[in-house]
Formats: sequence, C-alpha cells, structure tokens
Amino acid sequence: MAVQNRNQTDALDRLNDRSNPRPRIAVHKFSSCDGCQLAFINAGEALLELAQLVDIVHFAEAGPMDPDAAVDLAFVEGSISTPDEAERIRKVRASSRYLVSLGACATSGGLQALRNFNADGAKGWTEAIYAQPAFIDSLDTATPVAEHVKVDLELWGCPVNARQVFQALRQLLFGVAPVVDKDKLCVECKRQQHVCVLVAKGEPCMGPVTHTGCGALCPAFGRDCYACFGPAENPNTAALARRFEGLGLMPEAVARRFHFINSHAPAFRSEWLAWKQGS
Amino acid sequence: MDFLRGLLSVTMETSASFLPRESLDTLLEAIRRGGFTRVLGPVARHGAITYTSIASADDLPKGLRDRQAPGQYRLEPEEGERRFAWANGPQALKPLTFAPRETLWRCELDDNGQLSFLDVDLAPTPTAVFGVRACDLAALRIQERHFLKLPYPDPHYAARRESLFLVAVHCSHPADTCFCASTGDGPRAEAGYDLAMSELDHGFVVTAGTERGRGVLSLLNLSPASPDECAQADGEIEAAAAAQTRSLPSRNLKDALYARLEHPHWDQVGRRCLSCGNCTAVCPTCFCHAEQDEPALTGSSSEHLRQWDSCFTAVHSYMGHFLVREETRLRYRQWLTHKLASWHEQYGRSGCVGCGRCIAWCPVGIDITAEVSALLESGDAQS
Repeated sequence: MAVQNRNQTDALDRLNDRSNPRPRIAVHKFSSCDGCQLAFINAGEALLELAQLVDIVHFAEAGPMDPDAAVDLAFVEGSISTPDEAERIRKVRASSRYLVSLGACATSGGLQALRNFNADGAKGWTEAIYAQPAFIDSLDTATPVAEHVKVDLELWGCPVNARQVFQALRQLLFGVAPVVDKDKLCVECKRQQHVCVLVAKGEPCMGPVTHTGCGALCPAFGRDCYACFGPAENPNTAALARRFEGLGLMPEAVARRFHFINSHAPAFRSEWLAWKQGS
Repeated sequence: MDFLRGLLSVTMETSASFLPRESLDTLLEAIRRGGFTRVLGPVARHGAITYTSIASADDLPKGLRDRQAPGQYRLEPEEGERRFAWANGPQALKPLTFAPRETLWRCELDDNGQLSFLDVDLAPTPTAVFGVRACDLAALRIQERHFLKLPYPDPHYAARRESLFLVAVHCSHPADTCFCASTGDGPRAEAGYDLAMSELDHGFVVTAGTERGRGVLSLLNLSPASPDECAQADGEIEAAAAAQTRSLPSRNLKDALYARLEHPHWDQVGRRCLSCGNCTAVCPTCFCHAEQDEPALTGSSSEHLRQWDSCFTAVHSYMGHFLVREETRLRYRQWLTHKLASWHEQYGRSGCVGCGRCIAWCPVGIDITAEVSALLESGDAQS
C-alpha cells in the first residue's frame, strides 16, 4: 500500500534489469539469534534456485563474506543494540539499493527490546550475568532497524516464514513492490478451519491483534497465539485486553501478553503500559 | 399459508420412514454404495462440532450438547444416546463449496518466452454430508444465488456443489445464540436436502427430498414412521423454534439501517470490535474473497489463488492508493448493512440465516441481534 518512492523504484528497476540478470544480494546480521537467516539456509532446493538467480555476495552464516559490498538487495536480521551496530546499519543502508528488515528483532527490536523498559537499560542485567561486564558495550535500548535508517520492506515474525520471504524476493525479482498481508491471524486461522482456542477453550489468544504470516501455527496445535509476528494493521488491543480480563487474567497477566517478543512495537507497548499501571 | 404448510406436512408424514438408531450404519453404507465414497459428519473435535470424515455412526457425537454464548462455545455432556443433541459448530457446508483457499488457474512460461494458461482439474470426490442444519441449507441456497448466478456460474463452486449428497437433521436442540426462527430459515430443514431426518430417542424419522435420496432409502427397506413418531418429530422442531430467545426484529431491515448510517452506535461497536474477521469467516453466507498470484521462485510458473477475505480487513476496501474503510466502525457498518440491508437488493432477501455463529465465535462476543436492537431502539436515528 505504500507509495513507491524514487529510491525504491530505482531498486526495483535494477532488480528487473534484463541486462543485469543477476542482482547482488546480501544478508546481514545484527543482534539476533540467527533464526531468521535459517529461512534461507533451511530452504533446500529453493536456496539452490536462488543461487541461480542472484549473486549472494555477503551471507556470513552461509559462507560468503563481503560486508561492505554494494548490493541491490540487503536483508537485515537483528536489532540495533550496540554502538557498533548503530554505525554499521548506516553503512549497510548506504551500500544497498533496497533494504528488507527480516524478523521480529529487525522490525520491532525483538525480545531484547525488553531492556528498553528498564531505567538503566541493560546495565543491571549485564552486571548480573557477565563475569566481566566492562567488556560489554551495549546501548541502553534494542531498537528496530527502521528507527535508524529507511527500510523499504518489513517482514515480521519470530522467526520469519520462509514462504513469505521467498514470495517477497520473487516479487522483487519481477520488479514489483511486494505485497505483505497485514491482516489479523484469525483470518488465516479460520481459512485453515482451526477451532478458535479463545472461544472454545478460553485461552488468551493474541490472534485477533496479531499480524498474519506464520500460517496459524500455534492454533493448529490447540494453543494460543503469542503474537510473535507483531501487531496487525488496525489492532484493537484495548478491546482484546478487556476480553482477557473477562477470561480471568489478572491485570499483570494481561500486561504480559503484550510484553514479550514485540514489546517495543507501539501498539503493544501502549497496551502493556495501560495494564502495567493498573496492576 | 398455514393450509399449504399443513398439506406439505401431511405429504412428508405419509412418505416418512423410520430408521432404528442401531441401523444408522446401514444408511451410511447405502449412501456409500450410491457412489459417495467420502462421508463427512459432525465429530466432536478440539472442543467443537466439526465436519470430518466418518467411518461409522460411532464417530458421531454421543451424549454431547453445545453451550453457546456471545464469545463462548463449550461442549458439555448430555443425558441420553442422541447424536444430534446440539445446534451447530463453527463451520458446516461453506468450506465444502466455497473453498477457503484454492487455485483457480496456473500459468507457465516456456523456454521461448510464451505464456500458457492452464485450468485446474475440477473433480471433487463425491461427498455425503451427514447432519446438515436448516440454517446451513438456507445459507447454501443464498451462496448458490451468488456463485451460480447466470451468465457467469463459478465452475469451481458448481463442481463442488454437485458433488454433495446432503443429509439434513432438523434441529431439536437450539443454542442460546440461535435465531433461525426469526429469520425464517429453521429449525426445520425445508428444502435443498437429499434426505432429512428427525432424531428421536430410539431412532430417526427420515424423508427424502430428491430422487437420489429416495433411491438411497429404497435400498434400506424401512418401515413407515408411525403417526406418533411423526408427531413427536414435529413437536420437537416446534419446541426448538419456541425455545429460541434471540431474534431479529424484521426480515427486512434495509430501510431501518439505511436511515441510521450516521448513528452514534457505530462508534460504540467500533470500540469493541477487533476487526478480526471471525464473524465473516464463520458466517455461512459471507462470500468475499481475494485473488492473488503465487509465482514459483524460478519465475517460470505461477498459481492464481482465491482465498477467503473479509470486509473487516484493510485491503478489502483498498482502492488505488487509499483505504475506503480505515476505521473499524466503518468496517462493522459495511458488514452489517450489507448482510441485512443491501443484500436485499442483490439477492432478494437478507443475508442472515440466524445460525448465531457470528455471536458465539466473535472473540469479544459482539451480538448481531443486540447491535441491531441498539441501533433501532434509539429514538433519534441521525443524532
């Protein structure tokens, strides 16, 4: 739905340029567990097909190392959590025509963004965990890539869904702006005809406010969604939170539903705050 | 009208057969011999009644009933041996005829750069569905009007619809969320079935609605149902209608709703609504869908997909470069005024069959009957 800007159009043209049939691609890692990069590594045959279509010039986890190479398309995994990363993401942006942030850490700050709610950032935890905390050089916050540089496309999820990543990649190779489905998880859950765990079991399912994309994995196994894909478009977190209270959750427990993998996402952050103050 | 209904009732009673409870499997077997190799029936699964493949009558729920309330659905034990002592589950016929996701056509690019467009094979397995409710049959007729409307009948829908053999079971145990009596769509299945049954404690009063239904019954050598059995069956259906506590105030709310498009109540419901689309997914008449292409990574082939969409999603109202219905209140208003108002202009009746699914399966329990009442009861329509 985003209006394409000039840079984006340039990048799309370049990716679709017949005289340059092999666009150059990089996969960069910031603060993360590496799980989203597995969307590529675990893709099997599709990874071989991809290697026929593009030059993968930097992808440390898979082998190729050239972090400063100019590329047509950069995938960025991880949050910006250290001074070094804050510097490095600017270089990545400068050397990439089209930048895709990949997964919860890169799109919302991820689990480590829980530190953003501490008055002293990561300091207390660093001192409690590391033998020599002086060697740890962390920012007080873990933040999404889009808070530092312009991001052309965000793919949410913890981890991202490989199908979604390859669909977006294919659309970019065709030279069209990828369409990302931002509907609530419920829409997909019902297509798959899972029985609603909130209605039939009273589970505090986050599906009605959560961005689709996982394929309704948790409800398929009879458990409640915990919002690892972040907020959907137009999320009514307040109404869902009231419903959770009606199901018997204490205010502190309601707050925690929004204070997890995507705690830094504005819609979840404000709902957490509203219930945290009430608890 | 009552006179006509009486005549119909007599006709049905005189042709009704009685199927003893222990012979239910012989009916399933006769249907299979009729060529319907896949038999689906209601099965208690994951806490709800869902339509799943059944091997025998033993797979049907026994001694269970559903307790439904706004935003809540529970299966609970029920005295007795009855298999159909419940109202409905989250889905019935809709996913069988209007597939949640399907490929409409495929496209391939050959080495010379030529595109070819390929049809997909439309050969659904002949399927019998056991335990269809009156509301579902009413909804099926509505969807047929949409998908099979000339001059462009949908071949995918048509193939699946023609593959179905439908065994209705008249409702005797409505849920608290049911209001089919007020929409005129139940609890008695009036048309659209091959066989219809009423469940009594010791067996079933069975009538045929089609020639092939009669064909199946003729394989069974059943005795005629007795006048007492027919009377008891009718009595249970009447009691099921009388037991319903919810209702819509009229079968045509078009003018009433069009006069209230700026009513403040839309804001009120917009604050509660999650715009999650659950109501439209479980609604047996909602037919909105989106189409999209899924190209293979190589770029040499592509699938054109159709999947369920909802007027509660953003893209549903995306036009050019903006959303027509960004706010939730507008999305809810679109759904309700289409279902109960503009539906009359399109299909000659309301789009609501009173199944109550949108009430029970709404995660926050928004009740269509209560919202309509709130809209209509307020004195000043445009305040």
